[in-house]
Amino acid sequence: MQFSFLDGLFVLMLASFIGLDVIRRVSRLLHTPLMSLTNAISAIAVVGAILLAGEQESRLSTMLGAIAVFASTTNIVSGFLITDRMLKMFKKRQPQGQAK
Amino acid sequence: MDQLIQLVYLVATALFIFSLKWMSDPATARRGVFAGVGGMALAIIGTLMHPLIVGYWWIAVPLMLGALAGIPLSWVPLTAVPQRTALSHAFGGLAAGLVGTAKYFLWAEHGELTTFRMGAIALEVILGYLTCTGSLIAAGKLQEVIPTRPITYRGQNVINFTLLAFAAAVAVFLIIDPTRTLLFPVLIVLALAFGVLLVLPIGGADMPTVISLLNSYAGLAAVAMGFVMENKLLITAGALDGASGLILSIVMSKAMNRSFANVLFGAFGQVQAGPAQVEQRTAKSATAEDAAQILENASSVVIIPGYGMAVSQAQHRVHDLYEELTKRGVDVKFAIHPVAGRMPGHMNVLLAEAEIPYDRLVEMDDINPEMPRADVALVIGANDVVNPAARRDKNSPIFGMPIIDADKAKVVLAIKRSMNPGFAGIENELYFADNTLMLFGDAKNVIGEVVKSLAAGTGH
Repeated sequence: MQFSFLDGLFVLMLASFIGLDVIRRVSRLLHTPLMSLTNAISAIAVVGAILLAGEQESRLSTMLGAIAVFASTTNIVSGFLITDRMLKMFKKRQPQGQAK
Repeated sequence: MDQLIQLVYLVATALFIFSLKWMSDPATARRGVFAGVGGMALAIIGTLMHPLIVGYWWIAVPLMLGALAGIPLSWVPLTAVPQRTALSHAFGGLAAGLVGTAKYFLWAEHGELTTFRMGAIALEVILGYLTCTGSLIAAGKLQEVIPTRPITYRGQNVINFTLLAFAAAVAVFLIIDPTRTLLFPVLIVLALAFGVLLVLPIGGADMPTVISLLNSYAGLAAVAMGFVMENKLLITAGALDGASGLILSIVMSKAMNRSFANVLFGAFGQVQAGPAQVEQRTAKSATAEDAAQILENASSVVIIPGYGMAVSQAQHRVHDLYEELTKRGVDVKFAIHPVAGRMPGHMNVLLAEAEIPYDRLVEMDDINPEMPRADVALVIGANDVVNPAARRDKNSPIFGMPIIDADKAKVVLAIKRSMNPGFAGIENELYFADNTLMLFGDAKNVIGEVVKSLAAGTGH
């Protein structure tokens, strides 16, 4: 599928608007987990890294690609795990037998 | 096949958007993580189907090693989450930088570097490498391997701007003539150096803004990579991350009443060295027993935590205090200033870990109207965010910064190690106010003692 610069710009613009709008609604309570979640999502760089490491066009590109795969996977795994770990801690007050 | 891959990417993009959307409420937030994981899994599977991939070893091994390294990194104590976040921005920046570098040399070799490709690569490489070193310095400062105070020298801003101008000039040269392969490493070195110099002069109290900004850069680096790799998924996911970092940076700067430029080039907390209005004033101090009595007789208590609570790991004692007071029918709330701590939302996570229900955590703007009705404001390791000078004293460096109006409560109890001024080196009038009582000592010990005397008092 061919890719044109202008297509890319369109996608970028729309995604930025969606991003700004969605993020603005994120609860302030959750800003720390939000940041670790977006950390994991921005490790989407793994896509580029996998292509480089897999296409094996030159020794240099394979090596750099492999290192980049390692760095991004670390972010994906630790990012999602720690986000979930933090979110599990956010609890509402337990009713403790009384009515709310 | 290509159509299929693009379809998979499309679903992954939608999942990422849902993932962020579900973060709007703590009740749905965990679903957000699952959506994110699903999106990422699809993105990886889709990429692995790519017809140009000739071998899987160089993918599988680093993938496994990365996963192995990532698991322990997610076990860090929550007080260390800012460092971990900074470190992962560094990894993200590094990955972007490396992919850009590899693509440059591949295309240069085959003579396929168009102006557009070169421009995208230059942007990706500059953003990637500067995020990498900048985040490493930030992580070092947060871990206190590197001094947290701002490191400044004469002509710093001139040097930084010159460096950035050089990097831009090299990038332009490369775009005009991409075959000058010797210039490319120069660009890398300049970007790496700029990242270091950009963050070195920034003090610990400004870290929430810096981390958010670096988060945004990491996203933008992924966007640039999307243009290099001609991949829309990278552009969308990068834009979502960039937007998130941007919004957090804006929230943080607003909460400090400062501009980005001021955070980046202002070296906060350095200027205030002059021994100006230091008159000898005395603050009233109280014992833990006094504090326990005051708290016990209050009907509403607002606790204002700051970074000091994290430093002394006092959050679990704070939970005990919360339990003791709630048991007695005292209404306990927590007032959270957006920049309290070392990253956005840091206090909320620490208190959530200590099992404080999140409906007790109240934002600054919502709690301030209630402050005049509060019987006790208990300040734990917070300083600048409760300094009334921000409202009154035009000469104060924090003038205009929104604060939590602790001074309006009937009684203020402030836990502090000593009378030394806080991080920004600014005297805090709050401690000398007539309705303020100081509790000197380590936050964890002091609160422990308060809880003990509360518990002992239950007998009668």
